[in-house]
Amino acid sequence: MAEVSCRKVVKEYDGGVQAVKGIDLDIADHEFVVLVGPSGCGKSTTLRMIAGLEEITSGEIWIGGDVVNDVPPRDRDIAMVFQNYALYPHMSVFDNMAFGLKLRKFPKEEIKRRVDEAARILDIGMLLERKPRAVSGGQRQRVAMGRAIVRNPKVFLFDEPLSNLDAKLRVQMRTEIKKVHQTVKTTTVYVTHDQIEAMTLADRVVVMNHGIIEQVGSPAEVYHHPTSRFVAGFIGSPAMNFLPCHIEEAGGGGLSVRVNSAIQVAIPAERTARYMPFKGKEMVFGIRPEHLTQRKEEDRPGFEPLDLLVDVVEPMGMETMVHFFVDGAPICARLDPATNAEPEKMLGLTADMNQMHIMEKDTGKVIY
Amino acid sequence: MAESSSISVGSAAAGATRTSSMKRFAQRRSTTAFLLCLPLILLVAVFVIYPAFYAIYLSMLNKKMTAFVGLGNFAFLLKRHTFQLVIFQSCLFAITAVVMKALLGFILAHLMHNIPSGNQKIWRGLLLVPWVIPLALSTLTWWWMFDPSYSAFNWVLNQFGLANVPWLGVGWIARLCTITVNIWFGTPFFMIMYLAALKSVPEQLYEAASIDGATARQKLVHVTLPMMRNIISITILFSLITTFADFDIVRILTSGGPQDMTHVFATYAFQVGIQSGDIPLGASDSLFMFPILACAAFFVLRGVTQRTKEIAA
Repeated sequence: MAEVSCRKVVKEYDGGVQAVKGIDLDIADHEFVVLVGPSGCGKSTTLRMIAGLEEITSGEIWIGGDVVNDVPPRDRDIAMVFQNYALYPHMSVFDNMAFGLKLRKFPKEEIKRRVDEAARILDIGMLLERKPRAVSGGQRQRVAMGRAIVRNPKVFLFDEPLSNLDAKLRVQMRTEIKKVHQTVKTTTVYVTHDQIEAMTLADRVVVMNHGIIEQVGSPAEVYHHPTSRFVAGFIGSPAMNFLPCHIEEAGGGGLSVRVNSAIQVAIPAERTARYMPFKGKEMVFGIRPEHLTQRKEEDRPGFEPLDLLVDVVEPMGMETMVHFFVDGAPICARLDPATNAEPEKMLGLTADMNQMHIMEKDTGKVIY
Repeated sequence: MAESSSISVGSAAAGATRTSSMKRFAQRRSTTAFLLCLPLILLVAVFVIYPAFYAIYLSMLNKKMTAFVGLGNFAFLLKRHTFQLVIFQSCLFAITAVVMKALLGFILAHLMHNIPSGNQKIWRGLLLVPWVIPLALSTLTWWWMFDPSYSAFNWVLNQFGLANVPWLGVGWIARLCTITVNIWFGTPFFMIMYLAALKSVPEQLYEAASIDGATARQKLVHVTLPMMRNIISITILFSLITTFADFDIVRILTSGGPQDMTHVFATYAFQVGIQSGDIPLGASDSLFMFPILACAAFFVLRGVTQRTKEIAA
């Protein structure tokens, strides 16, 4: 077990393309950290640099209190699970799992004990004699995890390990991974582009974009208190709604969000001071789909009325997604399945302005 | 009247049935497949099967080709000292050359694999030159270089104060020379096959092995070689067949000499069959290769099929 640190880590490829632009990250012992971001954001490169599979252009990587910049992967005491599993096709499941231990010259009895133990944890005991091609995708994934577990390394690295599985198996394996981490408690760095995986698995989520870290925080932090428009839009499904707006003075010394001539919603009084410096400026108003609900008669503080023309209704069973367009910008509301929303008809909504976000138009910075 | 009309109706119906069954036969997928393969089947029949059976037939005739002698020619050949030398030299020639070609091809493929892709094309092209020059022509160049009086090799030796070497005039040296030329000619084929195989090994297997703790040598033994086994087997089998059947090199360099020490099956068959006019004996000589190669092909291809089943995802 060990902590992992990245200090001003830069990765520049031939031709001057910077995949990672000087990131700083500290991962504590036993922690499960998920690097999440869109394709090309530098998350996999960061993971591969921690693994030693990519050279670092500048900066330092520490594992267990030692700088490992020049240490080859085999001496870093890490284990990695790859997206396509990277199982040796000519070896049996047992040999795949035992390979690392054999190379390290562990006694045969110890190898067998460790492989059997990992197979028990992952429930793949009956597959040990089979070749990888003779097991299913989900089972291959477990074998790849078993190969990592048997080594009892300082750090587990996962590179989008669930991307090749179907939706149902992905959910199942997500739980398995969480369970394994709860059992072995090894420091884990997990890369994914799926924000649901990030939210469900992580102790801390690292949101990356264009080679930099946008935000580091607990899943609840990045969801409820995003620091940038990118994080606000990336975390959460369906994504947060964004509308260009102006902050205007409303009656009684309060402020309101003016979207267009027809849409104006009041900002809760306790936020007036926060947004006052931006009065009259062009800003971006952000609100999550679940904070737009169908209007009921009750009048609660901070819940503001909003009438929009319905474009599409998507019943999902447990909830219904209703889509609108405001000045060409798509808006989604997550409503109760009992909604009477119908396409081409106006729908009375309530916006929970206590959960709203205001962002700077140019920098995307969320105002707190 | 009624009877005749019923007969004519019956025959018309039978004709229609025959036409429709012919139509069905012509439209069947297996028929189409057979017709599409027919040109190849005819080519194989005319140029492979017929000559093979004709050679078997010839090998069982006497010298004048007037009487059937059964396996007499084979028994006669096996008793001859020269033919025993031919078997030894053919095996030595083929096995040494194939092993060396495989080894050098493997090393060159690895070197090539590690050259950046831009420069790789130039080197790959240069190293393929021996394989693309007509063998008879390049062997003539080698023959000139091995010349005892005016050759390049002896000139180099003389520069270092060493005496001339009769490259093609002494048994074992001549044997080594024929093998060397075959290695020079065949190595590029191995290199290109192994390079293709190397490129098909997923990079992530090496990365996984690195993380598992493998050194470069261990990656070679535990990842590269097992992943290349099928290509290695097939390349060796193919090369074994062509090297066993080699004719040009020995014919041009030594014509089988000195003292028949460099003869291989093909050159000896040419000598006894064409030059000495004993075609049945030449045919039986050339047929000696068949059981050896058939056994090798059987075991190699069985292994390939087994491994393909095991690892194909």
